Amino acid sequence: MSSSSLFNVTMIVYMVSTCIFFAFLASRNKTVGALGTYAALFGFAVQTAAIGMRWKESYDMGHGHAPLSNLFESVVFFSWTIVMIFLLIDFKYKYRAIGFFVMPFALFGMAWAQLSLDSNIEPLVPALQSNWLVYHVITCFLGYAAFAVACGISIMYLIRERMEQGGGNAQAGGLLSMFPSIKILDDLNYKAIMIGFPLLTLGIVTGAAWANYAWGTYWSWDPKETWSLIVWFVYAAFLHARITRGWVGRRAAILSVIGFAATIFCYLGVNLFLSGLHSYGK
Amino acid sequence: MTTNKRGFAQEVWDFFCSLKLSIFLLIGLALVSIIGTVIPQGPQREYLATLSETKIKLYSSLGFFDMYHSWWFILLLYLLTLNLICCSIKRLPRVWKVVSEPVKVMDDNFEKSLSNVKEFKLKGSKEELKDRMVSFLKAEFAEPVITEQGGEYHLFAQKHPWCRLGVYVVHLSIIIVFIGALVGSFFGYKAYVNIPEGGSVSQVQTNSGKVIDLGFDVRCEKFSVSFYDTGAPKEFKSILSVTDKGQPVPGLQHVPIIVNDPLTYKGITFYQSSYGQSDEGVSYYLTVRNRNGGQPVKLKARQGERLALPGGAFVSVMEATMDVRPFMRGFDGPGAQVEFTPAGGNPQPFVILSDKYESFNAQHGGDLVLTFDGMDQKFFTGLQVAKDPGVWVVWLGCFLMVVGICMAFFMSHKRVWARVSDAGVTLGGSASKNPTGFEIAFDELVEKLNKL
Repeated sequence: MSSSSLFNVTMIVYMVSTCIFFAFLASRNKTVGALGTYAALFGFAVQTAAIGMRWKESYDMGHGHAPLSNLFESVVFFSWTIVMIFLLIDFKYKYRAIGFFVMPFALFGMAWAQLSLDSNIEPLVPALQSNWLVYHVITCFLGYAAFAVACGISIMYLIRERMEQGGGNAQAGGLLSMFPSIKILDDLNYKAIMIGFPLLTLGIVTGAAWANYAWGTYWSWDPKETWSLIVWFVYAAFLHARITRGWVGRRAAILSVIGFAATIFCYLGVNLFLSGLHSYGK
Repeated sequence: MTTNKRGFAQEVWDFFCSLKLSIFLLIGLALVSIIGTVIPQGPQREYLATLSETKIKLYSSLGFFDMYHSWWFILLLYLLTLNLICCSIKRLPRVWKVVSEPVKVMDDNFEKSLSNVKEFKLKGSKEELKDRMVSFLKAEFAEPVITEQGGEYHLFAQKHPWCRLGVYVVHLSIIIVFIGALVGSFFGYKAYVNIPEGGSVSQVQTNSGKVIDLGFDVRCEKFSVSFYDTGAPKEFKSILSVTDKGQPVPGLQHVPIIVNDPLTYKGITFYQSSYGQSDEGVSYYLTVRNRNGGQPVKLKARQGERLALPGGAFVSVMEATMDVRPFMRGFDGPGAQVEFTPAGGNPQPFVILSDKYESFNAQHGGDLVLTFDGMDQKFFTGLQVAKDPGVWVVWLGCFLMVVGICMAFFMSHKRVWARVSDAGVTLGGSASKNPTGFEIAFDELVEKLNKL
């Protein structure tokens, strides 16, 4: 068994989990909802094993390093962190319907990585040969993942709010009963960002520390650095906006979706469209 | 008139304290920051050539080519700083009062403002109940403070009161980071220096072109570079030695410096950044043999030297490398670009490799087969030099920021009051964060007290 085939299993299980969550929304059967979570948990376990195996494979090839060094590895790790944050929130709050809005992010990541990214294990170029790589990547991606979950929850919020305003026909009413209430969705959105914001801050700080250690400049307004600051500003605005009354609910949900769009651009857009230090996307 | 003036000052103050300004500035900074990631900063000629003249004029007058140092971007940062200072000054005293002078007595009015209140009819005298409540709160929540008032005992216990200060710790940390950045920009510099192997420097040139005396000498003993099989670089390594006033500095002799592992002396840090081949003092080693037999001849050539070959031909080495992998797929070892001039013919440029690839080498050279055996290669190492006395201030700020954010997000100021009279006990509680979570904890407390 190689890590690559385990990653395929992971992708299929995430697809199954997404389908089960959809069936849960349609059937409103609690057992089905729990099955969706267990599928996600199983996929998470398989993916954890696969990442561990890929780590070992890189050692077997003679240039061992944590599997966090190129676009393929980072997309796989991103998908892993999304499922982890989702499972944490799921086990704590048990709002199963969230799965249908979060698991597709993880599924999309795995599908993209497996179908079109270069999965070769490459040795590390000098700039990446540092333990800071591990600290920096883990903190950043856990932060990104929390924002992904917040985005999924915000999309649920916007859907539920629109359906409630529309008066709600019978079918919509059935679907609505599966969604947590608007108040809870707003609160969960805030909680997910509360997890993500400190992690993003840590990610930026570890990145700055690494840059200072490697180049003597902790901040150089490189596009990646600037975009991480943009994302930080957006979520800082979100947190401040919550203190004023007018910015809860719909506006907060929209800000959370915008924040995640900026996060994705910071992660992928910068690598694919702009030049700079983080050129592993090319 | 005076009221008007005060009214205006008050308005300005309120403006700088307002949360709306914070949100506006944060989102505004996020939006304008995008400009500098789309327009290359400190642009190269190739980029400028793609722009029309009006665009170049417009962009440079708006400061878009060095956006993050333009007056208006800095102004936005200063406004944000001013905003968070004013905001903190306005709110901190109130929060400080909650932390330092807690409400220790739960009177009727205060009780009405609490969402978690429970009354118990308990047997026993006031004193007995008080003692029981003190030990109960101490065991289950926190050590209470006792106040006697109006013939009743008031108990007050709290957890993590200081976490209310978390947000101000974050605000302070941002100011500290800015101070660190300013210290660095006033008292530090970024520079760059090339040192040839065997050479040493005592001066560096900053990015703004100023020459700075280090006050000591840095010598590059040796530089080496290695590659993976794929041709990707594996390691750049300089061996550096520091000499101060003619004396070798102990512990800083023959220190290997690689990317991600710099050398620091007297607050000045040297980072492995780039390298290049030094043209001076290179010797190339070649072997020439005749296809028709005879002893191979070993030759040594200097940079740019034209060597006479047996039979009246000439050869000179244009450039060479000890490892051709990055340049030629499927080959390795040393290789050289040579200019070969056959007797009475025109110069022919071609590549020769080591004796491992003799059939490759045999494609050129007429009667002669040339082999490249290697070279005494001299490199120069390119070092990034940085002095930043503000960096520790920045790290202190970062540390405080993370601590402050954790205080602000993950901790909650929880308070419990108990009013003890002969009729029984009234328990009240509140938390600064996560009211649902506290409700559950409060209900547990009530349940335990019921069993008492």
